[in-house]
Order: sequence, then C-alpha cells, then structure tokens
Amino acid sequence: MTVALSVRGLTVAYAQNPAITAVDADFAAGAMTAIIGPNGAGKSTLLRAVLGLVPRRAGEVAIFGAPLARVRGRIAYVPQRASVDWDFPTRVTDVVQMGLYRQLGLLGRVHRRHRALAEDCLARVGMADYATRQIGQLSGGQQQRVFLARALAQEADLYLLDEPFAGVDAATETAIIGVLKGLRDAGRTVVAVHHDLATVAGYFDRVLLMNGRAIAQGPVATAFTPDALQATYGGRLALAPTAGQGVA
Amino acid sequence: MFWQALLLQAGYNATLVTVGAALLGVAAGAVGSVMVLRKRALVADAMAHATLPGVAMAFMVMVWLGGDGRSLAGLMAGAALSAGCGLLTVDWITRKSRLAEDAAIGAVLSVFFGAGIVGLTVIQTMQGGRQAGLEGFLLGATAGMLWADALVIAGGGAVAVALVWLLRRPLLLVAFDPGFAETVGISPRRADLILMALVMAVTVIGLKVVGLILVVALLIIPAVAARFWTDRAGAMVWIAGAIGGAASYLGAVISTLAPALPTGPIIVLLAAGVFLVSLLFAPARGAVPAALRHRRVRALRQAAP
Amino acid sequence: MTAFLQLSLTPLLIGALVAATCALVGNFLLLRRQALLGDAISHVVLPGIVLAFVITGAVAAAPMLLGAAAVAVAAVVAIEAVKRLGRVEPGAAMGVVFTTFFAAGVLLLEQTDTSAVHLDVEHALMGNLESLVWFAATGPGSLIDPAALARLPSELPRVAAVAVVVVALCWLFWRPLALATFDEGFARSIGIPVTALGFGLVTVAAIAAVAAFDAVGSIIVIAMFICPPAAARLMTDRLGRQVAWSVVFAVVSAVLGYMLAGYGPLWLGAQDAVSAAGMIAVVSGVILALAVRFGPCRGAPRRG
Repeated sequence: MTVALSVRGLTVAYAQNPAITAVDADFAAGAMTAIIGPNGAGKSTLLRAVLGLVPRRAGEVAIFGAPLARVRGRIAYVPQRASVDWDFPTRVTDVVQMGLYRQLGLLGRVHRRHRALAEDCLARVGMADYATRQIGQLSGGQQQRVFLARALAQEADLYLLDEPFAGVDAATETAIIGVLKGLRDAGRTVVAVHHDLATVAGYFDRVLLMNGRAIAQGPVATAFTPDALQATYGGRLALAPTAGQGVA
Repeated sequence: MFWQALLLQAGYNATLVTVGAALLGVAAGAVGSVMVLRKRALVADAMAHATLPGVAMAFMVMVWLGGDGRSLAGLMAGAALSAGCGLLTVDWITRKSRLAEDAAIGAVLSVFFGAGIVGLTVIQTMQGGRQAGLEGFLLGATAGMLWADALVIAGGGAVAVALVWLLRRPLLLVAFDPGFAETVGISPRRADLILMALVMAVTVIGLKVVGLILVVALLIIPAVAARFWTDRAGAMVWIAGAIGGAASYLGAVISTLAPALPTGPIIVLLAAGVFLVSLLFAPARGAVPAALRHRRVRALRQAAP
Repeated sequence: MTAFLQLSLTPLLIGALVAATCALVGNFLLLRRQALLGDAISHVVLPGIVLAFVITGAVAAAPMLLGAAAVAVAAVVAIEAVKRLGRVEPGAAMGVVFTTFFAAGVLLLEQTDTSAVHLDVEHALMGNLESLVWFAATGPGSLIDPAALARLPSELPRVAAVAVVVVALCWLFWRPLALATFDEGFARSIGIPVTALGFGLVTVAAIAAVAAFDAVGSIIVIAMFICPPAAARLMTDRLGRQVAWSVVFAVVSAVLGYMLAGYGPLWLGAQDAVSAAGMIAVVSGVILALAVRFGPCRGAPRRG
C-alpha cells in the first residue's frame, strides 16, 4: 500500500502528562481510515500533532514523504467544532472562500472561477441555498457542513477530520459520509476520528485503534476485532462486537 | 470660513492638517475593525495611555541633547517605545500570574499614565519646559500644527492604510479562526504582532490629532458602528475607515474654526454620533428596523388564524 | 513638625483614605472580572461633575457627587444597552461608552466658564493632592484645637465619610458579595439579588471614585481600583486576607508615593516636587510588579 501519512514514535504531553506516547501509524493513500478509541485516548491530539498545532515531545511525521512545512497546501483539517466567533461578520460563502487562501495569497483577486468553486463545494455538502447567510444564522449541523465545504475548497490530498459526525443530525451525517466517500473515490486520503463503533464497517476501509498508544491498525476486516477492541477499551466495553457488525 | 475649511481652502497648512487627520481616521477605522474583531479593543487603551512616559522621556532626552524637544517625530518615537513596553508588560503580567487580561490592562494603563504625569511635572520645572505644549498630546490639538508635523501624520496614516489593505486577508482570517489560519500556514502569533504594531502606529500617529486619552475611541467606535451595516468583514474594514476618516476630517475642520477646543473630543463625538445612528437605524442590525420587523411578524401571526 | 502638620499631614491622610477606599471596592471588581469598570467610571465622572457645576453654578460637594453618580449609572446602563441592542462584545461596548462620555465632559468643560473655580481637565486627571494643606496648624496642639480643626481642608472629612460608608457597606454585604462573586448561579438559586448587588457595587465604586476624584484626580482612582487588589490576589488564596493585603498595599502606595514625590527630587538635587498622584500610581505599579514576580500565590493560569 502507498502511505499518505506516516507517524513514527510520536509523543505529545500536556503539562507533563503524556497524551499520546510513541505512536507508530501508517495511513494508506486513497483510503478512508477511522481513528478509534475511548475518551482521552489522544485521538484529537494525534491529528493536532500531525498538523503542528500542538508541540510534539518526540517522533517524526511524514506526509506524502515530506515534512509538514512542505506539504501544508495538500492538507485540509476540519476540527470537531470550530471555536470561532459566530457573530463574526462573514457569510457562508466567505467562509468557504477562506479555503482558497493559499491559492489567493495576500493580493490575488477573487475571480469568477474561485466563486464558482466555492459554490460548487457548498452544493456538494447540500448547503448551496445558504451561501449568503451570516455564519451564525445556521444550525450546528449546517455549520459543520460549511466547514467541510471550506476543507473541500482547499482541494487537498489528505483530509483530517475530528469527529465529523459529532452532534449532527442524520441527514447531515449521510451528506458528510457521501462527500467523504466521493473524496476517496477521487483518490484522496481521508482520516477521521470516529466514535460510533456500529458504523465503522459501513463507513471506513481501515482503522487505527488507540488508547494513549497505537493498539491495532489495518483493514477493518482484520484489525477491527473483538480482541483489539477489548485491548483498546479495557473492561469498559461490555459487549465486544464481532468484526463487521460492531455494537457499541 | 466653515465652508472654506471644509472644502480645503483655508490655507495650505490647514489643508494638509485636515487631510492628515482624515488619513489617520481611515487608518484608525480600518485597523480598529480588525482589532475589535480580534477582541483586543482595550489593549489599545492601555497602549495609548502607556505612550505618555515615552513622550515625556523623549522630550527630556531631546532637550538634554540640545534640541528644542518638540520635534513630533522624536516624541512619536518615544511614544512608540513606551507603548511597546506597556504591551509587553500586559503580556508579562498575564503570562506570569493568574491575573486576567483586563486587570493587567488596567494596571498598565494607570501606572504608565501616572509615570507620564510625573514626567510632565518634571518637564514643567525644566527651563523652557512650561512652553513644551505636551498637554496637547492628552486631548489632541490640530490647530496651528506645523507643516512638518502634518506631513508626518499624513504620511504615517497613508502607510498604515496601505498596510491594512495589503494584510487584510491573513489578519481577518486569524481574527475569525486562528486554528484554521495555522493549518494554512499563517502564524496567529505573528499576525497578532503585526496587528498590535499597526494599532501602535495609529495610536502614535493619532497622539497629536486625537490625544492619547481618546485615540482608542477612534479605533473602536467606527469599527463597532460599521458592524451594523454589513455582514462581511472585508466591507466592515472600509466602512469603518470611511466613518473614521469622515469624523476626523470634519473634526479637524471644526478645530480650525475653534482653535481653543481640543480636537480629540470633537472627533470622538462626531464618530459617536455615527455610531448612535447606526445602532438605531442600520437596516440589518439596527434596533429600530429590528423592532419594526418584530412587530410586523407578530401582526402577521395574529392575522394568520 | 509644624511644617509637617501644615503641608504633609492632610495630603497623606487624604491620599491613604482614598487609596484604601478604592482598593476595597476594587477587590470585588477584580474578582468579578470588572476591573476595567473602575477605569470606565473614573472617566465618566467628569461629565457628571461638569454637569453638576453647570446646573448649580458652584463647586459644591453634594451636587457633584450626585451628578457623577447619576452619570456613572447612566454609563453602566448605556454599556448594557450597547451590548444587548448592538450585540457588541463587552470590551468594545465599554470603550465606546466611556470615551464618548469623557469626550462630552471635556467639551462641556471647555465651553463652560470655569475660570473662577478650580475645575479643568488637567486637574481632573492629576488632582492636586499637594494643595490640600492645613495652614491653620501651628503645632501639635492644633490636633485638639477645634478652631484649627475646623479649618482642615474640606476634602478630608468628605473622603473620611465616604471611606466609613464604603467600609460599612462591605462589612454588611460581605457574605452575599463573596458568594455572588464566586458563584453567581448558586447565589441566585438561594435568593441573593445578584443583579441588584452588582448594581450596588458599581454605584459604590462610582461614589468612591467621585469623592476621590475631586481630591486626588482620576489616575489614582484607576490605579487604586486595580493595582493593590491585583497584587493582593497574588499574595493569598483567601478573600479576607486578599482584602487586607490590598488595603495595606494601597496605604503603602499612598504614603510612599507622596513622600517620594515630595522629597525624591530633593535627594536627586532637583528643587521642585513632582506629581504626587502620578508617583502614587507608580509605587502601586512597582508593588504589583513585585507581586507578579515573587507573590506566593501568583500561580500562572492554566491554559487550554
């Protein structure tokens, strides 16, 4: 398999307490991988460390074989819930156009093709009708979709998403998974922190199970096993699911 | 006389002062918008008050070196230096202690200003210090400004406006979503540093026109007023620039007619007038249109069944 | 000795009383994250005082106190209105209101003929602590001489009265204030009128600011609202001790600042004193800096 993102010995600590320790993981290019583990397992921290948003104590991260600084333009990130000022004077379409920052730079004019791209990205997440709304006027799920559209506008090769389905309604979840599968089918790499064990097999190709350190990884069929889940969640998982039809 | 001044026909010097004030106003409105959106409004107040010891110190140093001490450029350099110290002190207090930023702001504001007042009383006892006219820096005095000073203000204002135009995209991106900005390679820390440098520039340029006590108003009020008229950050920056520019222009004109009045309060009250009109009547977010919409909806609802 | 009684005793007493009063109120403002409200209030009392002067035509204590308190309350209402009506963030709302009020006060002052009285912008900012002298004092005996005592500067009994009132109010409302400051929701749930209490605190702060303002100028007021309580916060984790520390720091700032302003230049070979108000603010800043560096409970905040 071709590796899009490779993590070696990655350790991150917040105020002396290690959040993740010596994580080794490879994420296959052109596949959808779920990062799974209990609360506090360091799943979000792993993504944030890959993006350089938290300082790493030790370890190496290679993205398409290169360090982060050289491939920033090929990565897009959707946080769990954007911590932005929802009253900020910006419309939905302006938020999506922010995804074009690296293309536009300081002074590049916003041309018609840029606007068209933003509108297309909004349409892909089913939000075309809301383009001129102020961002705070949307519901939580709609806002989440807009931030996904912003990531689409970045036209990245590697998409990192932190619990894209947390707190969204069923319609939004269906819309988002459709978009992500579309990305994969177009050859992009998708990595998402995921919580719902029941949908892992239906949504993803591969998994990384972790709890402070990496526990198991590989295709869903071989790595998403009751034993691995038991090792990840400890005694907290009363009902161990069988591969392919997980029960949370 | 008013019309002559308004139409820039009250003399070469008065014209330059008026244009300089207007440029300062545009810069303040534009920079202030980014600052307000980044929620740094009151840090600017601390910086503005922190300029006073620098002004006093610069005066003393220039006199000591045998100059006349009133060179605006020299005083501005001193002001910038001590404003920078004030900013660093706010940062130091919040980093090293449990005190919240507002307490640090208030402490720096009052202590630096107090030190500045001590400096002014020292200058008053110096030879020739009584005519220093540094009091004009408290509340602004544009009437009778020197040609060179007006040139410095106009030039500085123009440069600040140009910089905001150049850097508006990363600055606004960081103001909206610093986490995202970082993932596309903009350092929020560096953007904040640039923002504060711009705020400092406006503060220092504004010393002579608005005065250090009220220059923060010229940064905040146009920005807050502009927010009522638009839901787009890019537009807000220039609407605020227009409001700040208009208020400063008109304020400087009024000041040529009433040279005894300090210029700062005039400009601030003009901007506050625009703010009040915006708060009440701006179509999208104003209070009156909102109340009317509310009543119409209620009337419709009552009529429906 | 006589010189001390005549020239230094009353300014020292007034400075210390004002500083302690403001610091006392400042503790609660600080803990309620309203530290800058003190700053805002001390700006807006200017139009209040000028308005009172315009209406009554005299520099009298009672109308000025009333006028300033009224304008301070109006400013607080205006800040709330701007926040709610305009959905403006608190810091910016405060900035809009207090600068506008101050600008209005300055222009009103400049338009009014105050040449006969001691009322101008500089005086409002810097006060004139040094001028509050007691020339009737002829020796230690004057301290018990009713005729001499009657000629004490009128500012002294005024700030003393305000100090007594503020201390009494803090003592009386200590428990609900502490509760409402720490946990507003809980305080509400057990029936403490939190909103009224907050408003009362602002009003008391305004009264303290006005009484102080007239005697010592607004810089001391702002500095004393913030610096001693902030320094005190870093000395202890208990409210009662914090308040005690803050009063000590305030009094030390006032006394040391006044002395340094008066005698410091002489030591350095200069002839004239410097601004006592400015010096007091500087000393309080130095105390705060020491507390930030060495205070036992300075505890850097946990972030993220």
